[in-house]
Amino acid sequence: MRGSEYYRVTPVRVMTTGLVLSGILLGMILFSLCLGPAGISLKDALTWVTGSRSVDQTAWMILFKIRLPRILLAGLVGFTLAFGGVVFQALLRNPLAEPFILGISSGAAVGTIIGIVLGLGFNLGVPLLSFMGAMFTILLVMGIAGRHGGLESSTLLLTGVIINAFFTAVIMFFLSTTGGSRLHSMLFWLYGDLSQSRYVQLSIGLPVILAVSGIIYFFSRHLNLIVGGEESALQMGVEVELLKWISFLGISLMTGLVVSFSGIIGFVGLIVPHLMRMVLGADHRLLMPAAALGGAVFLIAADTFARTILSPSELPVGVITAFLGAPFFIYLLRQRGSQWTQS
Amino acid sequence: MDSELILKGVSFRYDSQWCLEGIDLELKEGEIVGMIGPNGSGKSTLLKIMDGLLKVQKGEILLLNRPLSEYTRGDIARRIAMVPQESNFRFPFSAFEVVLMGRFPHLGPFPFEGKEDQEIAQHSMELTGTLDLAPRSIHELSGGEKQRVLIARALTQKAQIILLDEPTSFLDIRHKVEIFELISTLSRTQGLSVVIVSHDISLAAQYCQRMLLLNKGSIYKVGEPAEVITADTISAVYQCPVFVDENPISKTPRVTVVSKRKESKEQML
Repeated sequence: MRGSEYYRVTPVRVMTTGLVLSGILLGMILFSLCLGPAGISLKDALTWVTGSRSVDQTAWMILFKIRLPRILLAGLVGFTLAFGGVVFQALLRNPLAEPFILGISSGAAVGTIIGIVLGLGFNLGVPLLSFMGAMFTILLVMGIAGRHGGLESSTLLLTGVIINAFFTAVIMFFLSTTGGSRLHSMLFWLYGDLSQSRYVQLSIGLPVILAVSGIIYFFSRHLNLIVGGEESALQMGVEVELLKWISFLGISLMTGLVVSFSGIIGFVGLIVPHLMRMVLGADHRLLMPAAALGGAVFLIAADTFARTILSPSELPVGVITAFLGAPFFIYLLRQRGSQWTQS
Repeated sequence: MDSELILKGVSFRYDSQWCLEGIDLELKEGEIVGMIGPNGSGKSTLLKIMDGLLKVQKGEILLLNRPLSEYTRGDIARRIAMVPQESNFRFPFSAFEVVLMGRFPHLGPFPFEGKEDQEIAQHSMELTGTLDLAPRSIHELSGGEKQRVLIARALTQKAQIILLDEPTSFLDIRHKVEIFELISTLSRTQGLSVVIVSHDISLAAQYCQRMLLLNKGSIYKVGEPAEVITADTISAVYQCPVFVDENPISKTPRVTVVSKRKESKEQML
């Protein structure tokens, strides 16, 4: 073999992969928009746009006031969770790391609930406490990981179990003090629920999440080196500590926002990055955008399923991701030690 | 010949106790220095100091006649490369991608490697005999292959000085010899200066021009292998009785551990 035959990540590859996945994402959004109990097709919507038929007010409301914000928010949440999974997998050098498994989502959920109990506003106060909950958990996990930053799978899982157990207790405490109809919606939210999606959440979440993930993406090749060990990354000139703090703050902010919008949705950050790694390789310059876009597609699909499968009744989307994610996780765990081959 | 790296009276401590004291060393161009000493004698610490990863409290270090402290991390990484004892890539990077990462300190703000970087990486893989491993995933490789890939990465850094921290500890004898042969060839052909930490004293003695024997944070003896490796020095520093003679083939010192069982064996016969 000679010359440019060797596989490497180039800007062209990143661009084309990004474009292809964005296309799939757009297709998924349109597809999901057409699905639902009200039975409105996209063709109807197109005829309104072209003006060949008058606008059906109810149908318009359903499509653009209920379905579209929910779909877009599902995409944003999936984007964030998959992106967070990739970053934590790199920092902990463990492919099993994920915001839900590490307890970061539960930490953010505790923050959110405290915010709600304190009666803070949903636009600033609640997400802020949610962010603090996520940050607290991350510092806890990294404290346990210790000086060299890596976390063995057994330690990682035990840490996650304990953190989740503790936060679940805290959440149950607050839920016990809540009564009646609020309990139902809070339980739904806890299991990951997108039915309360509003455009206002998008208007806060979208710019923040895109900006923060953009900043972290700037360090994608630094993450490549960290995967090979912190010491050799330091040696090559990676500012390991700085990068860690930027990632912690950034991912806490993103996860905090997302959890305050839609509750605890597990395993997205595990499934999507893993599949993307199998197809595209481990280079974070390609993996990060691919996993984020893939996460968006994945969660829109899962949520579409969640809201149509028991129609007219609905499932929390977290139930779907857990159904898929838990077996997948066990599969990955069993594979540990054997080879993770690149296809 | 020029001195690439000079250490003058270097002392270092993590807390109140000195880990290293009064280290003087000159590393010359194209020279291989073998660093030996018992566990905890400060070998890895000294290597990190040479690489500027640890800041010393006393003494000075000169890299190409300029104080090491004046270099930025990137400047150091373009001149000094480190090969770790073992690397643990849990993710499916190809061997080629790992080697290409050696270009990191050379890349500007644009975060992608170009044609030239690719050629340098390929050339490094040719020099280390790893080119046919290039498309394979790093965690599919054997210990010896992985070490050669990491040495290729060090070459891709275009460093003139390579520091190796016990690169052969997890390898069998054939792969140990391969690594030493490779380093020795690279040092001759590319003019690399090498410091290699090894627990295999006799093997290191065959390839190193000079040996450095560390004991409890200071240099016990430094010089040609035959000067440093004697029954007296090794027995004293390692606190283990040894017998040293000359390897009949390489004419370098050869260390044999004197088994305490020897006498009982004779009795049995």
